[in-house]
Amino acid sequence: MSDDTGEGPAPIALPDGLWFAPEVSVEGISALEGVERVRSKRIPARLDYTYTAGEATSRSLAAMKEKRIIGEKCPEFGYVYTPPRGASANSGLPTTEQVELAHRAIVTSFCVVNISFIGQGVEVPYVNANLLIEGADTTTFGLIQEVDPSEIEMGMWVEPVWKPDEELTHSWENIKWWKPTGEPNAELDLYREHV
Amino acid sequence: MPAGSRDVAIVAVAQTEHKRSETIKNDVEMIMPVLAEVKSSLGLTQADLDFTCSGSTDYLAGTAFSFVTTLDGVGPMPPIAESHVEQDGAWALYEAWVKIQTGKADTALVYAYGKSSPGDLPKVLSRQMDPYYVGPLWPDAIDMAALQGRALLDSGRSSQDEWAEIASARRIAAKANPNATISGDHTAADILATDPLKDPLRLHDCCPISDGAVAVVLAAGDRARELSDSPAWITGIDHRIEAHSLGVRDLTSSPSTRLAAEKAGLGDKPVDLAELHACFTPQEVILAEALGLGAAGGSGSVSINPSGGALSANPVMAAGLVRIAEAASRISAGESERAVAHATSGPCLQQNLVCVLEGGK
Repeated sequence: MSDDTGEGPAPIALPDGLWFAPEVSVEGISALEGVERVRSKRIPARLDYTYTAGEATSRSLAAMKEKRIIGEKCPEFGYVYTPPRGASANSGLPTTEQVELAHRAIVTSFCVVNISFIGQGVEVPYVNANLLIEGADTTTFGLIQEVDPSEIEMGMWVEPVWKPDEELTHSWENIKWWKPTGEPNAELDLYREHV
Repeated sequence: MPAGSRDVAIVAVAQTEHKRSETIKNDVEMIMPVLAEVKSSLGLTQADLDFTCSGSTDYLAGTAFSFVTTLDGVGPMPPIAESHVEQDGAWALYEAWVKIQTGKADTALVYAYGKSSPGDLPKVLSRQMDPYYVGPLWPDAIDMAALQGRALLDSGRSSQDEWAEIASARRIAAKANPNATISGDHTAADILATDPLKDPLRLHDCCPISDGAVAVVLAAGDRARELSDSPAWITGIDHRIEAHSLGVRDLTSSPSTRLAAEKAGLGDKPVDLAELHACFTPQEVILAEALGLGAAGGSGSVSINPSGGALSANPVMAAGLVRIAEAASRISAGESERAVAHATSGPCLQQNLVCVLEGGK
């Protein structure tokens, strides 16, 4: 589609003496007589991919559908990764053992979002946090709700708020958001390595 | 190769089977067995390797920073010295070779992978064209190869008969390659009896779409001799690039390949084996000519693409490093005394790397 056939944004003005824009003359090219003048064109670009989650991620998404959160363990060092991608960064070995994680997490760090953008789906201000799910050795992102952003602190215990059972699917979006449990904050030693 | 440089050899290689489509494992799950195999074959762990370099591209995965998640497969904790090129793994090998030349490393792990199947590969490859004039026309990889093939035919220096002979020879050779995506007894006559896919190319003139990975270990001097009884020494390596726009190049020749070969010392002594990264049969003709290998059909004294080449397995971003790995394997096995491996990047052979490998020392 043509964006512009004469009206619309003017050509960019260039500083005097630095550059010049040559006048393009199409006089003498008879084939161009009476042809619509086009200043810009928009060419849609799109690539579609068929994503392969992989064995470990598939196992964790299957658990998600059953409202379970799992991690996978490094066979050499015992670190538990979630969401699992199948490899232990500590050993380079496949993680094959699944570990059931608690429905409880520590806020290790967080960000109050005050800026709106397209596709956000949440009213500002809201809080995105790094969460250390109990039983895991890696943190993951989570949305925090049901609390005023000014009350959120590092070390706060939160728990997942799930979609209704009939809406559960193979997705971390089964967790609508996380909310404070109301317990006293966790000791720093519990999450010191993850800040 | 500049005087005074360190001797560097390939001491181990490993490859996946290059499948048409890996739909069970994700990228890191696909590459982990290869990384484990190449290290364990030498009795090494990641801590024994001074440098790690990989090649891959986000355009295949459709994900930003995709190489970061696959890096977990090497076991990068505690932190390692590591680099990545958004290019074929042959260029990762070049970076590792340079690193060893600087004296900052004696050993290096180089790997590359490509799951080419998740997207529409010919269309994905169209995104390497400039975004103003050519990119918006969405010419796919086969369209561009067909333009190159047509130009070669018009030059009178090759024929569709010759291309069919090449395609036949590579698919037959690939029968002995357990990692190949496609292989089989296709005669040139059978191939010529098929309809064009994109005139003047037939399906058999084109590489398959493959998902796979490759890894090699490099070592310098005595360290290489410790690790392997038969290292494949890199006696020359160089890469050169041409203009990006297809309209300002002669698509029927490859001066960058010729120059890289000169700089790598290819002509100093004869070679008996060549692994060429030609994804389309006309490109093999152009490369054989640029490298002075004689008739591309393999009738000369040089064995061309005994693995079946990229025409039999083409994991994008790995296929160039696979050429080097295949040549190194044959040197180490005593099947070749001096070999040349070639890798390409960009549209229609825009950028080319030449690596000369020798046994002995």
